[in-house]
Amino acid sequence: MSHVLNCKIISHRRVGADCRRLVLAAPQVAQAARPGQFLHVRCGGTADPLLRRPLSIHDVDQEQGLVTLLYRVVGRGTALLAARRSGERVNVLGPLGRGFAPPPAHRRVALIGGGLGIAPLLFLARELVKEEREVWVFHGARTAVELGCADFSVLPVQLLVATDDGSAGHAGSVVGLFRESAAKMRPDWVAAAGPHGMLRVLTSEMRRLDLPGEVSLEERMGCGIGGCVCCSCRIGAPGNWQYRRVCADGPVFAAAEVVWE
Amino acid sequence: MSVATAVEIAGLKLKNPVMTASGTVGFGEEYAPYLDLSKLGALVIKTVTLRPRAGNPPPRIAETPAGVLNAVGLQNPGVEVLVRDVLPRLARFEVPVIVSIAGETVDEYARLAARLEGVPGIAALEVNISCPNVKAGGIAFGTHPDMAAEVVAAVKRHTGFPVIVKLSPNVTDIRTIALAAAGAGAGALSLINTLSGMVIDVERRRPLLGNVSGGLSGPAIRPVAVRAVWQVYQAVNLPLIGMGGIMTARDALEFIMAGARAVAVGTANLVNPGAAGEVAAGLARYLEEQGIADINELVGVAHRAEGGTAD
Repeated sequence: MSHVLNCKIISHRRVGADCRRLVLAAPQVAQAARPGQFLHVRCGGTADPLLRRPLSIHDVDQEQGLVTLLYRVVGRGTALLAARRSGERVNVLGPLGRGFAPPPAHRRVALIGGGLGIAPLLFLARELVKEEREVWVFHGARTAVELGCADFSVLPVQLLVATDDGSAGHAGSVVGLFRESAAKMRPDWVAAAGPHGMLRVLTSEMRRLDLPGEVSLEERMGCGIGGCVCCSCRIGAPGNWQYRRVCADGPVFAAAEVVWE
Repeated sequence: MSVATAVEIAGLKLKNPVMTASGTVGFGEEYAPYLDLSKLGALVIKTVTLRPRAGNPPPRIAETPAGVLNAVGLQNPGVEVLVRDVLPRLARFEVPVIVSIAGETVDEYARLAARLEGVPGIAALEVNISCPNVKAGGIAFGTHPDMAAEVVAAVKRHTGFPVIVKLSPNVTDIRTIALAAAGAGAGALSLINTLSGMVIDVERRRPLLGNVSGGLSGPAIRPVAVRAVWQVYQAVNLPLIGMGGIMTARDALEFIMAGARAVAVGTANLVNPGAAGEVAAGLARYLEEQGIADINELVGVAHRAEGGTAD
């Protein structure tokens, strides 16, 4: 069950290069949320900018009733949100969407995040570790500084990093790093999020390796609850696909079913 | 004090004047967790067509100053799925359901009306002759008085339901289309649909929307919509349903005072899923605060204000 809630900001910190980590007091969300779901956030209180912003749930603390969002400041909406201070309240709608659903039989899971695509994977890693699965996290970013947006050191996972400029870890794409490591780690399931281009290359690699998994998609979004049918993506098989709603049918879809533009 | 909020539109009695605008709440079900649909005057559902429509390629939405540009392209499962699956599910919400229809030809509008005739769970038809985001039909019928009249007459011949006609603002004089629809037998008019618009993605140096252009809605268009209601109220003796950027009860009052007997909440639903219910409650509160016994007293009241002469 999702709700419209005015949540108190517990902390709001700059992380990485131009990202923010926003911790909200939201016990109802913390109880209900699944990895891969998002909150639809009103960044300001006025008619301009008008729409909510879908932000991935980065982490959840059920005991404390806290929900952490991770976002990048890219436009007027996120700039307004970034100016909000601890103690203020933020209007959120959620948790929304269909999250990751790793089948219980798969025990060796690779999580692959490019850029802000890393956001939902911390929460997912936490759940997978609870279920005593082996977890490898592949985190790709443009620079070493940008890698600082997410901290996996709190979890017993293997972290491998890649940067476009070679300032940390593997020099090049995170998909390239995954390709090099896959033979050794022999994953049996993959969860990924990131830019379209990265996910397209990754899903063709997964097909080559006959590796199942899920990817989280992004699209320009309206209502967030499936009413306006604006955030469409193509799901099915090439030549036999349908438009599905990223907000309500996703944002997580089986990797093999995404038909890329 | 108890206040009367009921209004009558084309013979249809509504408990209050607040509806949803077609295309903004899907078929209503997605909104039920956030919005008590039974507290609305009517639920206007997403436009249906004779056959299923896939809709336009993404991106389908862009944010604009105090507004939204969309080009969904009438994605819908088609009238057969509506009748078989959707309408039976909507009965439990205890709200009058107004079905929006659109065709690519006059004949398609007629066949839609015929297919829906007598189907349980329908309170009225809204004839969409003003969608700017489809290649054939849609707005073409809403921008020519003769074609508008032809569509409305064809629908009228095949239905016993009240017929509401939704008008486009993308015309030289909306009154000519309103008069044509009225002459062909429309029972009420909805106005306005979205304004044609466009956004360029400067980074990519190309149109932002997959459909190139789209329809503008939200608070940015409210003054345009209020003026359209004002003009049509003076020209046509039909009940009007006013819409365009209504976010609050105060916004709805502008339309009612300009001449709308009912209002529809549209883009606000994308921001606040409870918006339509809040507008309905806010209107009742306004009547109480102002000591007005019946909301119908406010319809077109601005035309009777001192100095409030023609446009």
